[in-house]
Amino acid sequence: MTYLAKPQLHYPALPVNRLGYTRRDYEGSVSTLCAGCGHDSISAAIVQACFELDIEPHKVAKLSGIGCSSKTPTYFLGNSHGFNSVHGRMPSVATGAALANRELIYLGVSGDGDSASIGLGQFAHCMRRAVNMVYIVENNGVYGLTKGQFSATADKGSKSKRGAVNADAPIDMVMLALQLGATFVARGFSGDKTQLVPLVKGALLHRGAAFIDVISPCVAFNNHPGSTKSYDYVREHNEAVNRLDFVSPRKEITAEYAPGTVEEVVQHDGVAIRLRKLHSDFDAHNRIAAMNYLQERAAAGEIVTGLLFEEPHPEDLHARLNTVEVPLNRLGDGELVPGPEALERVNDAYR
Amino acid sequence: MKPTDIAAPGYFHKVVDCQWACPAHTPVPEYIRLIAAGRYSDAYMVNWESNVFPGILGRTCDRPCEPACRRGRVEKDPVAICRLKRVAADYKDDIRSRLPKIPAHKNGRHIALVGAGPASLTVACDLAPLGYEIAIYDGDRRAGGMMRSQIPKFRLPEEVLDEEVGYILDMGLECRFGAPVESMKALLAQGYDAIFVGCGAPRGRDLDIPGRRESAANIHIGIDWLASVSFGHVNSIGRRVVVLGGGNTAMDCCRSSRRLGADEVSVVVRSGFEEMKASPWEKEDAMNEGIPILNYMVPKAFAHDAGRLTGVVFEKVRAEYDAKGKRRLLPTGEPEILMACDDVLVAVGQENAFPWIERDCGIEFDQWGLPRLDPATLQSSLPQVFFGGDAAFGPRNIITAVAHGHDAAVSIDRYLHREDPRERPLPKVVQVSQKMGIHEWSYDNEVSMDRRYRVPTQDRRVALKDIRVEVEIGFDRELALAEAERCLNCDVQTVFTGKLCIECDACVDICPMDCITFTHNGEEEDLRARLRAPAPNRAQDLCVSDLLKTGRVMVKDEDVCLHCGLCAERCPTGAWDMQKVLIDMTHAGPGCRSREPRRRAA
Repeated sequence: MTYLAKPQLHYPALPVNRLGYTRRDYEGSVSTLCAGCGHDSISAAIVQACFELDIEPHKVAKLSGIGCSSKTPTYFLGNSHGFNSVHGRMPSVATGAALANRELIYLGVSGDGDSASIGLGQFAHCMRRAVNMVYIVENNGVYGLTKGQFSATADKGSKSKRGAVNADAPIDMVMLALQLGATFVARGFSGDKTQLVPLVKGALLHRGAAFIDVISPCVAFNNHPGSTKSYDYVREHNEAVNRLDFVSPRKEITAEYAPGTVEEVVQHDGVAIRLRKLHSDFDAHNRIAAMNYLQERAAAGEIVTGLLFEEPHPEDLHARLNTVEVPLNRLGDGELVPGPEALERVNDAYR
Repeated sequence: MKPTDIAAPGYFHKVVDCQWACPAHTPVPEYIRLIAAGRYSDAYMVNWESNVFPGILGRTCDRPCEPACRRGRVEKDPVAICRLKRVAADYKDDIRSRLPKIPAHKNGRHIALVGAGPASLTVACDLAPLGYEIAIYDGDRRAGGMMRSQIPKFRLPEEVLDEEVGYILDMGLECRFGAPVESMKALLAQGYDAIFVGCGAPRGRDLDIPGRRESAANIHIGIDWLASVSFGHVNSIGRRVVVLGGGNTAMDCCRSSRRLGADEVSVVVRSGFEEMKASPWEKEDAMNEGIPILNYMVPKAFAHDAGRLTGVVFEKVRAEYDAKGKRRLLPTGEPEILMACDDVLVAVGQENAFPWIERDCGIEFDQWGLPRLDPATLQSSLPQVFFGGDAAFGPRNIITAVAHGHDAAVSIDRYLHREDPRERPLPKVVQVSQKMGIHEWSYDNEVSMDRRYRVPTQDRRVALKDIRVEVEIGFDRELALAEAERCLNCDVQTVFTGKLCIECDACVDICPMDCITFTHNGEEEDLRARLRAPAPNRAQDLCVSDLLKTGRVMVKDEDVCLHCGLCAERCPTGAWDMQKVLIDMTHAGPGCRSREPRRRAA
């Protein structure tokens, strides 16, 4: 950790976004995580994504559980809402908050301990209920806060810092999310922000359950030879299936691609996501094929990254429950106390 | 780009903008840290070894360091480097015991210094401790040169001047003051082993326009008039004064006039206000004393009546620039302006004059009447004669004269040891890691957000009454500490070791200035454009690492780095380290000959 706050001085010609904010305006307090922690890079990617999407900080709610990863919301979006919940219970709090006020952007940040162990059930129900949120798991395969025991996502056969070999099968959060019906599923790597920032932006624009598994090396306890979540191992085995580019409606498209390799998906607010295929046999809009592909490549020892599945017309919890458009805190007496006539109508329906 | 050789002499020196810009290469951040630590005497000695006149320069320096200061690029105003130098001088203890000892046993070499200004005194300061026997000549009765004759007392009190000039005169110099050297040939005939000419640029330019001769009694040459004031020969002036010229001499003339009884003083310049040669702060000081500066007015004639000056006639002009950017002043056609006045001070420049050097004595001069010199060694065409200060290349400033003095002393020392003066000694560089713990450094890496502090000044009514009352009071200790904290410690360098780097991006994420980029290599032009923050300032280098594991390179733009050390604090492997690089110019002595270190790092 660092004792000093990051100096307020910044690059003199730092660009501003449509709201007049610089990227620095989206930062939070200085990180207290270990130096070199992958989580800090993810925080930086979130900062960059929110800056580039011109997101108003007060329109974001950051939610987290317990763990190194769950500390990170303090280190980005210092002017947004935040809720640091109980271990593994972030999804419930996020579900409740999303139901109460559908106008905010919900950004859940969790870790492999918080979401794959104690909170696995919570995670599963949040995905299957299609809560409109971004769910980021900062996945390092160890319990960093308790000195590096294997977590539930540690690969079978991978070695701990002290040489112990993990005998248990790993939980693959991406496979779970796909199976449970998440409508935006991606995997990124904290050491590759050019890939990660567009994934976070895509997830923020998605109107449904968006899940990103970000492999984030723990420099203190899981960055050694024998680890499958170290910087070196991930770089060697990383197979990116595609790249996301963002095409702002204000900018002219100039780049040219070979036919059949690029597909554009226009989002609800006019921003187009351009998906550049790196593997011709991979289709990011076919859930079953994606699951097969992932299983195959995982068996071959590859770590597949990129946008793995996206449902272009997602449905979320509000649509399923037919909830009211207005946030609950803005409902007045008129809506909340409809009077005896309304009660009478309801009762009549059962007579 | 090729990997940067950070061990190359000059690479890190250039990053310390202030030290790089200083002609004498004073280690500025080093002494500012000492001031912050309350070690004023140590700060003074760091200065003294480098620029010889900290108390004088702390009041009068042209401060080339300040426009160069990084703070001006990343915040707004530079650190008040010059006035902090004065703080070191103001609050130091008696430092006489720390001055070099003068050996009783001399080395048998005799040196003559012509002129007792800053250049000659610096030569003496460097050579006397080595055992040289030095005779110093000056036409004035007291040493100091233009520091005494031209800089008014309200900017530089006599005690400060006497003290610092005294340190050098006390080094056992043979002082021959009060009679100018009349002949170089006669001097050469005395058999000195080396002669250093530091006689300044003693001739003020005149303005030969109609009426000059008729009203001569009330038209004075600026530098001569200032000298007369300084030595007490002149102590009054007319009520209305016009000062012609836009340099620092003009500023000293107008402010001196205000103190000698003039209540209507104007400065009039030919060119625009912005193009004036005077330092911005000197213009500001003059205007604060109620002196207007009128621009784009060309003097056409002195008006006079019955042998008495009555005013100056000006023509209004405007500036026009041709395709090459060359400026011409064209009359606007407006009617001429008559400014009524009682006295005129002409401060339109000064030039060199060497009437005492016979043109057939072996010293060659160029078409402008300046001696032909090797610019590095300052040696003339007569090998035992060296020049420095304003006498070398025309009027500059005190700090340049000091730098010349050091350079000439090295040349003389090498020359008299039968070594080629053209081989210049490299500076001594000491590089030490500042790491004390995971996030503890032996320098204060917190960046102050304070704006530049103003130096307290004397009440104007008091200041204008007496020419001997110093206008600037100087920083007190608290203000000095706050101002010192603004220094970014640019001499504490970010040193990157590529083979330790795991490319985790921690430094990139924490850097407040977005200086650091990991990317594939390219040509400089290309790299500068596609860094995380573009690096358009070509005057500042890019630091490029060796190829890293992923095939990329680390590129750091030195331009706006705050030297806050956060990259090193957030680095998990120690690939970044903060190392103090203390650059010490090698002065005359065994070090300049055998390149042995002369002094240990502080």
